[in-house]
Amino acid sequence: MTTYKTLTGQVMEEHDVVSTADLCRSCSVAVETVTLLVEEGILDPAGGDVEHWQFTVASLRRVKTAVHLQRDLGVNLAGAALVLELLDRIAELERMRQRI
Amino acid sequence: MEYKDYYKIMGVDRKATQKEIKRAYRKLARKYHPDVSKEADAELKFKELGEANEVLKDAEKRAAYDQLGADWKARQDFHPPPDWGTGFEFHGAPPGGGNEHDFSDFFESLFGQARSPGGNRGFHMQGEDHHARILIDLEDSFNGASRSISLQMPEVTADGHVVTRKRTLKVRIPKGIRQGQQIRLAGQGATGMGSGKAGDLYLEVEFRPHHAYRVEGADVYLELPLAPWEAALGASVKVPTPAGAIDLKIPANSQAGKKLRLKGRGIPAKSPGDLYVVLQIALPPANNDKARAIYKRMQEELEFDPRATLEVA
Repeated sequence: MTTYKTLTGQVMEEHDVVSTADLCRSCSVAVETVTLLVEEGILDPAGGDVEHWQFTVASLRRVKTAVHLQRDLGVNLAGAALVLELLDRIAELERMRQRI
Repeated sequence: MEYKDYYKIMGVDRKATQKEIKRAYRKLARKYHPDVSKEADAELKFKELGEANEVLKDAEKRAAYDQLGADWKARQDFHPPPDWGTGFEFHGAPPGGGNEHDFSDFFESLFGQARSPGGNRGFHMQGEDHHARILIDLEDSFNGASRSISLQMPEVTADGHVVTRKRTLKVRIPKGIRQGQQIRLAGQGATGMGSGKAGDLYLEVEFRPHHAYRVEGADVYLELPLAPWEAALGASVKVPTPAGAIDLKIPANSQAGKKLRLKGRGIPAKSPGDLYVVLQIALPPANNDKARAIYKRMQEELEFDPRATLEVA
């Protein structure tokens, strides 16, 4: 099926934030999963506790990747955290390579 | 429908042990995982792999699949034999775990359809958000544009089946968008369950690599080659910018590596980025007598030590 109407979206700035509830809804994950991801250091929210946590928009994709990696590759949370960090590192290196 | 050769997809022999199958799956899954892989057709490959694994990892499903015989070829037209499935019990469990699985017609004709847990009646929940990347040209950010993007999206139908739907969306690219920003399209994500509304679609913006421009945040960098005399004597040269060509004054005695900042000519915004022109000096090749004579004269008449700062007299 094809939609040809031009859609206008909302630009999310890097500093835009989402709440724990928004994050859970957006990624279809339980609060417990988010708590574990924070404990593992995969997510680094502002705010003191679950109720007041604020996540960057980029966290949405991170959560999904972490969940997919666990589901599909059988890695545990620590493994997923490592993969995410390595992916960040690769992205950074690729940006550096473009500068050369 | 087409026959699928799960052994071939998995790259294992028909006599492979369950251990070998698991190893093959893990290895290929890491290679083609869409969140990790750089392979062009990773998504499709990963989907095929998941389906093959769903069958081969399960001893009972595998035995049933094996019973179809080894004579089938991939893509061959296939219909399940009339006595299909007799003597096997698939535990009545719907295949897959998550609601993002959707399998081929071939799979479904043998093992049934993947059912989403959300197919239950009376259950209402807003759909999940989807994420995708959109590649745009730097110029799109300068001028604003409208771009089409094709997406493969798993979708839960009214009766609870999961199907992949190919969608083409036309999206307005707002002027001033920067790499890494996301465009949120409300209601374009996964369909909701029950009367829950649809999720949103997040498009992460990425600039297509450009042969001349490099982008850092809102600033744009351009490397500008100059002839030695342009750099030495000063010049006015035509320079491309994403907003169109401009005439740029090169001050006399410019050295290679010097950056000229053109304020506000980076990515447009309330406080726009800057355009940096990084000067490079291109040497004319000394590949004929005339050029060699000119270099020779410079050597004799200019007192120039390019290594003065290295103190190696």
